[in-house]
Amino acid sequence: MSVVVFAESWNGTFKKGTFEILTYAHDVAKKMDTKCVAITIGEISDDVKVLANYGADKVVSIPNQFDACDNKGLSSALAQIADSEGANIVILSNTNTGKTIGPRVAVKMDASFISNTVDVPSESSPLLVKKKSFSGKAFEMAQSHADKTVIALSPNAYNIMQNNNDSCDFATIDCQVENTNVSSINVEKASGKISLAEAEIVISAGRGLKGPDNWGMIEELADLLSAGTACSKPVSDIGWRPHSEHVGQTGKAIAPNLYIAVGISGAIQHLAGVNSSKVMVAINTDPEAPFFKAADYGIVGDAFEVVPRLIEEIKQFKSSN
Amino acid sequence: MNILVCISNVPDTTSKIEFTSDSTSFLTNGVQFIINPYDEFGLTKAIKLREQHGGKVTVVNFGESTSEPTLRKALAIGADEAIRIDGAPTDSFLVAKELSKVISENNFDLIILGRESIDYNGGAVPAMIAELLDLPFVNACTGLTIEGTEAKMEREIEGGKEFVSSSLPLVIGGQKGLVEESDLLIPNMRGIMTARTKPLAVVECSSSSGKSSSVSFEKPAAKQACKMVEAGQEKELVTLLHKEAKVI
Repeated sequence: MSVVVFAESWNGTFKKGTFEILTYAHDVAKKMDTKCVAITIGEISDDVKVLANYGADKVVSIPNQFDACDNKGLSSALAQIADSEGANIVILSNTNTGKTIGPRVAVKMDASFISNTVDVPSESSPLLVKKKSFSGKAFEMAQSHADKTVIALSPNAYNIMQNNNDSCDFATIDCQVENTNVSSINVEKASGKISLAEAEIVISAGRGLKGPDNWGMIEELADLLSAGTACSKPVSDIGWRPHSEHVGQTGKAIAPNLYIAVGISGAIQHLAGVNSSKVMVAINTDPEAPFFKAADYGIVGDAFEVVPRLIEEIKQFKSSN
Repeated sequence: MNILVCISNVPDTTSKIEFTSDSTSFLTNGVQFIINPYDEFGLTKAIKLREQHGGKVTVVNFGESTSEPTLRKALAIGADEAIRIDGAPTDSFLVAKELSKVISENNFDLIILGRESIDYNGGAVPAMIAELLDLPFVNACTGLTIEGTEAKMEREIEGGKEFVSSSLPLVIGGQKGLVEESDLLIPNMRGIMTARTKPLAVVECSSSSGKSSSVSFEKPAAKQACKMVEAGQEKELVTLLHKEAKVI
């Protein structure tokens, strides 16, 4: 028995979500009274020893390089190591990569697959775990009917904790995998922006901004707070902002610590994608906007006046803290 | 080009979600069901590909008879024929296995699914089909062109886009970008009339149990009342976010 966790990296660096799922995997392993094995794939420029700080009992590094699109190779490597480590639970982050390879790993291991989890399993046999459902409008207790379970943890659902392990083992294993059947032509990196999935603060704006040229102040506010930028569905539909910024039921579901919604009325579909945020602020001219029923803090006012003043106040706050 | 579009029958995005009093199942009373929005992009894309390359678009749903209106709508939008696998889609592996059976018994060049359904959001079925049938798989696909037996695609990855290619047949987990929202086809009167006579085959589900199930549901805890800050008092908001909410 063991809990195996995929320590995902991007360009050789561990993602914030990796420490989150490691903390989670450590807690799951502790609950099951078993060990926590972290797997890294590809060339890692970070020191893999850092994984022991978050509770890994063993780290297995697979040096094979895979393109992002090579879900066949990635899942095959992961399943091989998970099997050789006797995993009965495999944990991934519910990112694009996790969602793409997790189900394949589950099929290979004859395991069940439960995504979007928000807590450690409340029971281990049969495994019972809480997950998000109905696009954030509800939670569900999902039960596994298989001996093994692949779990994809919802990003920002679990607090990162250090659990130093001085006796962590380190190993490197070359995997034999079949050739991929999807080839990468090239990757276009989004320029220096903070990815929405990982952002701790997100500044989002809607049709209340009246046009794509008015996003300067949203970006300025986001830069000040090291935040990601997002938008409502109508705004991405009319092309004011790229689709990748659309948050909501049919866009991205996000769960930052702070979500500031500027000129977004708060339709049920929008709220579904953002209501896992820890704190929400709504800025809207309409005091009846539904967002004020969901937000923690609100300002009724014109975004073109409120946001510039907020920027000034945050600048002052930052210079005095 | 022989294209299969897999369709989930899901509650309308505006639906309020309620559960039975014992919290064990979703209450469908008064809820309108629609084609899963992620699948709708794939359906329109499939119809556009048929216009370019010829061929046939088949839609398939794993569900009970209550999902037939949604399949008829897909036919009205322009699919040529429909298949319903008769059963309750309680688990992603069960759905993937049944869909894989339909796929292996037919000759599809392209299998398009939405990257997830908006009800249970498992997001697992496309990848599981690819694994079960050992087919190339491109997830979070935001663009697709076909040249001969080769597909070129754009997909979303964390921190950017990846451009990829693959041979056919191929499984796609699609989302907005396959077509734009404004390109989505809606049924016209002629479509609705002809949909009634297009073939809708019902096939038996060959297995009964999945690998997981939903035991109970709950709604998120109600939020505290929103604390209002006067416009002009943005400093107070900053203080609240720092001292009370501790998020900046």
